[in-house]
Amino acid sequence: MRDVAVVGFAQRQTKEMDGSPTCVELLVPIFAELLEQTGWTKSDIGFWCSGSSDYLAGRSFSFVSAVDAIGALPPVNESHVEMDAAWALYEAWIKLQTGEADTALVYGFGKASAGVLRRTLAMQLDPYTVTPLWPDTVSIAGLQARAGLDHGIWDERAMAEVAARSRTAGTENEYAVRKGVTTIEDVLSEELYADPLRRSDCAPVSDGAAAMVIAAVDSPAFATLQRDGAAAVITGFEHRVDQITLGTRDLTRAPSAALAGAAAGASAVDMAELHAPFSHQELILRRELGLGEGVTINPSGGALCANPMFSAGLVRIGEAARRVWSGESRKALGHATSGPALQQNLVCVMEGRS
Amino acid sequence: MKVEFDYTRSLGPVLSRFMTGLRDRQVVGGVLEDGTVVVPPPEYDPVTHREISEFVSVGDEGVVTTWSWVADPVMDQPLAEPFAFALIQLDGADVAFLHAVAVDSPAEMGTGMRVRIRWAEQTTGSITDIACFEPVPDSQRFDTIAEPSESEPVTRIVTPVRLAYEYAASPEESKFFRGLAEGRILGQRCPVCHKVYVPPRGACPVDGVPTTDEVELPDRGTVTTFCIVNVPFLGQRIKPPYVSAYVLLDGADIAFLHLILDADASEVRMGMRVEAVWKPRAEWGTTIENISHFRPTGEPDADYDTYKQHL
Repeated sequence: MRDVAVVGFAQRQTKEMDGSPTCVELLVPIFAELLEQTGWTKSDIGFWCSGSSDYLAGRSFSFVSAVDAIGALPPVNESHVEMDAAWALYEAWIKLQTGEADTALVYGFGKASAGVLRRTLAMQLDPYTVTPLWPDTVSIAGLQARAGLDHGIWDERAMAEVAARSRTAGTENEYAVRKGVTTIEDVLSEELYADPLRRSDCAPVSDGAAAMVIAAVDSPAFATLQRDGAAAVITGFEHRVDQITLGTRDLTRAPSAALAGAAAGASAVDMAELHAPFSHQELILRRELGLGEGVTINPSGGALCANPMFSAGLVRIGEAARRVWSGESRKALGHATSGPALQQNLVCVMEGRS
Repeated sequence: MKVEFDYTRSLGPVLSRFMTGLRDRQVVGGVLEDGTVVVPPPEYDPVTHREISEFVSVGDEGVVTTWSWVADPVMDQPLAEPFAFALIQLDGADVAFLHAVAVDSPAEMGTGMRVRIRWAEQTTGSITDIACFEPVPDSQRFDTIAEPSESEPVTRIVTPVRLAYEYAASPEESKFFRGLAEGRILGQRCPVCHKVYVPPRGACPVDGVPTTDEVELPDRGTVTTFCIVNVPFLGQRIKPPYVSAYVLLDGADIAFLHLILDADASEVRMGMRVEAVWKPRAEWGTTIENISHFRPTGEPDADYDTYKQHL
C-alpha cells in the first residue's frame, strides 16, 4: 500500500444557503482555501473527484456546473460519485494507490433545502416495492430507533445523551447549524416529533460543501507542501454495504460498519468522528466499531449539529484529520454512512506523522 | 420548479409474481433455500444467490414488529393524515416488510399489535394496491389466505416520481434575470482571462475565480452551431421541424442555446447572423423567455475566424 496523507481540508455548512444548487459560490472560496493551506496551485492537483446528487439539485448533470469552480481549462482528470464525498475520497485514494496520480482534491456539495429532503431521499430505496410508499428518512430512522428501544438495546436516555453531548460540542464548531449547551434532561423534556424520535435525535437539514486534499507521501509534490503540523496518514480505508431490504436486516445492528471498521483498524483509535444523522445510530456505530469509553466521540458535534448531504461524511474525515494534524489525536477515525438506516458504511483511519 | 417522470419498470419473473398477487388481492412471498418466507420476494437468495423460484401465499393479517409515527406526512405517502409507518410480519412470512398503518394517534400503535390489509378500491399490480393496514381487534381474528389465481400476469409497473424544488438565483443570475426584465442582456467578465460569460456564472470555468465585472451585451450575434429538431417529445412547444442553435452574442465568449425561427430550417447555417425577437414588453418578466426567439438579420455571414474559437 502506498502511504497517502490528508493534507488539506475546508468546509462551509449553513442552515439554508442563499445560492444556486450547483454550490459554485461555496466551492470557489473552499478551493482557494485549500490551495492556500497546501501552497499549491491548481496544476499541482492530479485528480479531482466529487460527490453530489442530481436529485438534491433538481437538475441533470448538476456536478458538471460545479466543475466551473475548478477552472477546468486545460482539461483536468476528473470523476464523480452519486454518493457522499467520503466515497469520492475512496475513489481518489484508489487512484493514488494505482500510481496514476500523486495528489487529489475531493469535494462534495449539496443544497438540501431546495426540496423536501426527507422525501427526496426516498429515491434511494427499492423503486419497486418501497419508494412508491415514499417512506421519509425520519420515519425509517424511527423504525430503527424503536427496534432498539423495544429490545432494550438502548433507551431514551442513552439517545438523549448523544443528542445533548453533540449539541454541546457544537458550541466549539463555527459551522454547527444547531448548537448550544444542552443537558440530557433538556432533550428528554422535548415532545416527541416522530415517535419515538425527538427533533434533537434528528440531524438538521443543512446545506453545504466540503473539500479535502490528499497526497501520496512518496511523491515529489508531498515534499513541496507548505504546512505546519503532522500529516494525517491514512492507515486503513474500507467500506461495506448491507442489504437494502429493511425487513430482512436486524435494524439494531450494522454488520457493514463492523466489517469496515475491523478491516480498517478501528479498534486502535483514540478519537472518532461518526456520521450518525440520528442519535441512536451513534450508539449502533460505537458498538459495531468497538469504540470503548476511552475514545473521544464527535468532538465537532457530528451530524446532529450539521448534516449537509453529500459532504457530511467527508466532513467527519476532515474533522478527524484536523485533530491528527494538531496532535490532539494520535490515531483518529472518520466514518461516513449512506443509504437507509446505516445501510452503507465507510471507515477511514488516520495516524499523525510529522 | 417541478420535476416529474413516470418510470415504467419491467418486473422480471419474481416481482411479476408478487405484483400479480397484489392485483388479485393476495400477498405472495418467496421461499429462500433455508425455507425462510420473505415478503416481498427477493429476486435472488441473499446467501446462495440462486434465483427465487418457489412462492407461497401468505395471510393478509400480521404483526407490527416496529413502527414510527408520521405526524406530518409528505406528498404521495399512503395516507394524507398522520399515520404510522411500520414493519409488518404477515402470517406465514418469516420477515417483516414496510407499509403504513392507519390509526388516529400514536397511542393506538404498539409493537406486537395485529393489523390487516385494507386493499385499494382498484388494484393494478403495485405495492400501493395495499392502501394501508388497519388494526385488528383480537375478537376478529380469522385466516384469509387467498387461493392462487390463474389470471394474466402483471409484467410492468409505472412508478411516478414528482419532486418540487425552490431555486434561489445566485447573485449573478439575479442580475441577469433583472436585466432581462428591462430588455437588457447582462454578462460578466472574468477578471483573470477577460472572457465574457452570458448567462453569467458563479465562477470562470477557465480560472475558477468569481466573475465580477458586469458587461451589457447586444441582442444580436452569430450562429456557431445548430441542430434541426425533427423528433416530437413530451412537453414540446413548437411543431417540428425547427432549429435550436448556439448563438454567440457579439462581445461574448460563450454561446448560449436559443431557437432560430422566421427562417426555413434548411437555410440556417453556421456563421448566420441573427438577432433577438423580444416578446411584447407587457409580457416581460424576469425570464429568458422574454426573448421569443432569434431570427436572421440578413447581414452577410460572419467570417469563420470570428467564431472558430467557440465551437
